[in-house]
Amino acid sequence: MADRIRLTIDGRPVDAEAGTSVLAALWNADVRVARSSVSGEARGALCGMGICFECRVTIDGARHSRSCLETVRAGMEVRTRD
Amino acid sequence: MTERLAAEVVVVGGGPAGLAAASSAAEAGARTLLLDEAARPGGQIWRHRAEPPAAARAWVGRLARSGAAAVGGAAVVDAPRPHELLAEREGRPLRIAFDRLVLATGARELFLPFPGWTLPGVVGAGGAQALLKSGARFDGRRVVVAGSGPLLLAVAAALARDGSRVVGVFEQAPLRRLAAFAAFLLRHPGKILEGLGHAAGTAGVPYRTGAWVRAAEGEGHVERVVVTDGRHAWTWACDVLACGFGLVPNLELACLLGCETAADGLVLDEEQRTTVPDVFAAGELGGIGGVDHALVTGAIAGLGAAGRPVPPALARRRKRERSFAARLARTFSLRGELRGLAGKDTILCRCEDVPLGRIDPEGGARQAKLVTRAGMGPCQGRVCGPALSFLYGFEPGTVRPPLSPVDLTVLEDES
Repeated sequence: MADRIRLTIDGRPVDAEAGTSVLAALWNADVRVARSSVSGEARGALCGMGICFECRVTIDGARHSRSCLETVRAGMEVRTRD
Repeated sequence: MTERLAAEVVVVGGGPAGLAAASSAAEAGARTLLLDEAARPGGQIWRHRAEPPAAARAWVGRLARSGAAAVGGAAVVDAPRPHELLAEREGRPLRIAFDRLVLATGARELFLPFPGWTLPGVVGAGGAQALLKSGARFDGRRVVVAGSGPLLLAVAAALARDGSRVVGVFEQAPLRRLAAFAAFLLRHPGKILEGLGHAAGTAGVPYRTGAWVRAAEGEGHVERVVVTDGRHAWTWACDVLACGFGLVPNLELACLLGCETAADGLVLDEEQRTTVPDVFAAGELGGIGGVDHALVTGAIAGLGAAGRPVPPALARRRKRERSFAARLARTFSLRGELRGLAGKDTILCRCEDVPLGRIDPEGGARQAKLVTRAGMGPCQGRVCGPALSFLYGFEPGTVRPPLSPVDLTVLEDES
C-alpha cells in the first residue's frame, strides 16, 4: 500500500496516495470543477498534461497553479474556483 | 542569480525522441545536455507515477550510461539569441548555450469544439490517460471514449483495466479505411503489439467506426453525450467523456527559432535537419509517427548533431517509419462533418471564452487574436489554434516569447 498523504481541498481534508497529481487528488475526491472561466463558467481539466490551463487552482496561496503538473504534498491547501 | 549551462549538443524534450537523440549524441562523443519540462524523463507516452514501463527504464538507463547530462523541471521559454536558450527552472532563469540543438518537444492532443465540450468531465482521450497515469481512478465510472486515432483503443483498454465501465468507443474514421489499416498491421507484427494489443483489454466494449460525438450535455458536468453517424443519433449516459481527435506537434519553440513548417510538421531533411542551421528535430515534430518513429528519428538527429553520418540501417528504418506515419495520417484523417459541430455560441477559446461565432472564417489567427482575444490567454492558442487550422484553414499565429506563462523575474534577467 502506497503512503497516504493528507491535504485539504477547499478546507475539506482529503487523503491521496503519494505521487498522485493534485488534479488526480481532486478527481478522486469527486471535485470536477477547478476554476471559473472569465465569463463565470465552471471548468475542469481537459488535456491533463499542462497544455490547456483549464485545471488551474490555488495551491498554498499560489494562484493559477496547474493542478495536473503538481504532486500532492502533506498539508497542502488546495482551493478551487478562486 | 542566473544559472548557466553549456553543451555541444542540447536536446529539448525527454520523451522517446529526446532520449534517443541525447543518448546517441553522447555515445558519439559529444558533450550533451537533455532538458525536460517534467521532473523525470519519459515524455507523455512513458509518463509514470511509480514503476516506469520496461522500454522507458531501458532508455533512461542508456541515457545515464551515455554520459549525457539531464536537467528536469526546465521549461524553455525563449531563444534570446543564436545558440542560446532561456529556460525557467524552479522559478529561476537558466541560460543554456549550445553548438547544435535537437528539438524533441513532442505532440499534444487535437481538440475540436462541439456543443458542451467545456463541461467539467469532458477530457481528452490522452487527457484521460494522463489522469490515469497520475493517479486518478475511474473505477465504477461510465466513460465514453471518442474522437480519432489509435490512442482511443489504448485509452479504452487502460480505463477498462482500472474498472471503469467503458460505454463505447466511437472512432470518426470510416470502417473501410480502418480495415485497410488493420490489414497492414497484420503484415507488420511489431506494430500489432503497439496498436491492436491494446484491444485485448477492451473485449466486450462496443467499438463503432464512422461515428462521432455531436454534443455533450449535463447540468454543471457531463451527464450524457449524443453520438451520431451522420444519419442517426444516439444518447449515452456517462460520467466522463474522453474525446480527442489525434495529435498535433508542439511547434512553438521551433517556430520561435524560425524553422520552416509544412502541413503536418517541420520541414526536415533525411538527417533530421530543420531549415535553421545547427537545429535538428525528431519525433512528432516531423509528423505524427508514434514511438518507433520517435526513437529512430531521435537517434539520427542525435548522431547528426554530434557530426556523425546516418548509418544505412537507421536510414532504412526511418524510411519505413515515415511511411507508417503517412499511413496513420491517411487512416485517421478527419471527416468534414467535424467542422460543422460547433455552433456560433459554442466556446472556441476556452481561456478567453470567445465563442466561435465571433471568429471571421475569412480572417486569420492574427486577426482573430486582435479582434476577439482568441488565443491570447494562458494557453497561448495551443488549444484553439489547431482547432482553427482544422475548421478554417488558418495558418498558425506568430509565436512570441515567453512560450509559456513565466515569472517576470525570469524575463527581467534578459536585459
